[in-house]
Amino acid sequence: MLDFGVVFEHADSLLNGLWMTTWISLLSILIGFIFSIFLCLGRLSSHTFINFICRFYISAIRGTPILVQLTIVFYFLPYWGINIPSVMAAIIALSMNTAAFQAEILRGGFQSIPHGQKESAWSYGYTTFQCLYYIELPQVLRKTLPSLTNETIDIIKNSALISTVAVTDLMRITQVYSSTTYRPIEFYVSAALLYLLLTSCISILGRHIESRLTKH
Amino acid sequence: MKMDLSLYITYWPLLLKGFLFTLYICSIGISLAIIGGLILYRTSRINLFITHWFYSIYLSLFRGTPLLVQVYLVYYGGPFIGLELTAEQVGILGLSLYGAAYFAEIFRSGFASIPKGYIEAAEDLGYSRAQILIHIQLPQMLGLILPPSINQVILLIKESAILSIITVAELTTSAVTMASETFSMVEPYLFLAVAYWCITFIVAKIGSWCENRATIHLQRS
Repeated sequence: MLDFGVVFEHADSLLNGLWMTTWISLLSILIGFIFSIFLCLGRLSSHTFINFICRFYISAIRGTPILVQLTIVFYFLPYWGINIPSVMAAIIALSMNTAAFQAEILRGGFQSIPHGQKESAWSYGYTTFQCLYYIELPQVLRKTLPSLTNETIDIIKNSALISTVAVTDLMRITQVYSSTTYRPIEFYVSAALLYLLLTSCISILGRHIESRLTKH
Repeated sequence: MKMDLSLYITYWPLLLKGFLFTLYICSIGISLAIIGGLILYRTSRINLFITHWFYSIYLSLFRGTPLLVQVYLVYYGGPFIGLELTAEQVGILGLSLYGAAYFAEIFRSGFASIPKGYIEAAEDLGYSRAQILIHIQLPQMLGLILPPSINQVILLIKESAILSIITVAELTTSAVTMASETFSMVEPYLFLAVAYWCITFIVAKIGSWCENRATIHLQRS
């Protein structure tokens, strides 16, 4: 009854889709990470206005479904006269989403660093940027790595939603083939296994990096 | 770009219906997910090779694949193996099976936090299994498992927006219908974002209130 031969006939396209999912997710994670550092510093800053903006952003993004955010980015940008390819819209939406989550993760890391370390860095004449780069970030990264790995896995899973805005990722290709070949079970099971493969790789990689970083 | 608030007057019954349906499907789905998580946790405690194996396979399968794939598999693949469910049933099933995997891990961390000696001492004092659970284990682990549980509830509410893709008539579906019927973008999606935000905000507030109550004995006055 089940015939996975059909899936193997279309293996090339599925793997292309998997690659699309992978690079979009990882790129979004990376962009989101850079953005999240600023967001997190803004969230911790004592400047009332900046603090309010960052708080508002994080709360709004964390309080609404990613599907809604994706739809808003995808339909609103053309509405305001900005025409970009759907892949770009997907990357923007995913990065904006993950930035808010990563900012909260990093905030926990930053707050766990004793204040004395910063003070001694200042007395050694470190600039704020040097202090951030040499003292704070390495420790924060080490502490928050498990959560960041989790967030990466979440983004990979959420990236299945970009299929709804016409990006030909793994999910989209699976949908197309399952409806043209009329074999949904085989194709969706294969897609699930490919996603599982990807997320397992990420969690193994995360654990590997974690053990490397915490060797001392 | 300007807002046309009169659209809300025409469409409020549809939006309200969607809003209530989201609340309905989430409350059933999440309740089943919590029960499922408990059952799953209890299963993993049975000291058999097969149960440990089942637990880890279940967890990696449901936590490692997107909810969208799971829901599609059941909704479109189900009829091929004689499993004919309506979109709502698939939605509830998907949310509860997906949530159960996460809740089981939360329960595991909660139960693991209680030293074995406490339970042995309670057994020596003649407490029954149910009494141990209610008087010894639950009060101690509540403070620990409440924050991640509330987090998970919020995540599941947000994940329920996915069900609009398989035509469950919930909040997102109402807003999309409104957008395509009126050709306006701002009003329906703004409402959508604000509505979800309100739901999650209220859940978070209730959660922190419960957390306060549960950890009241740990707080300094």
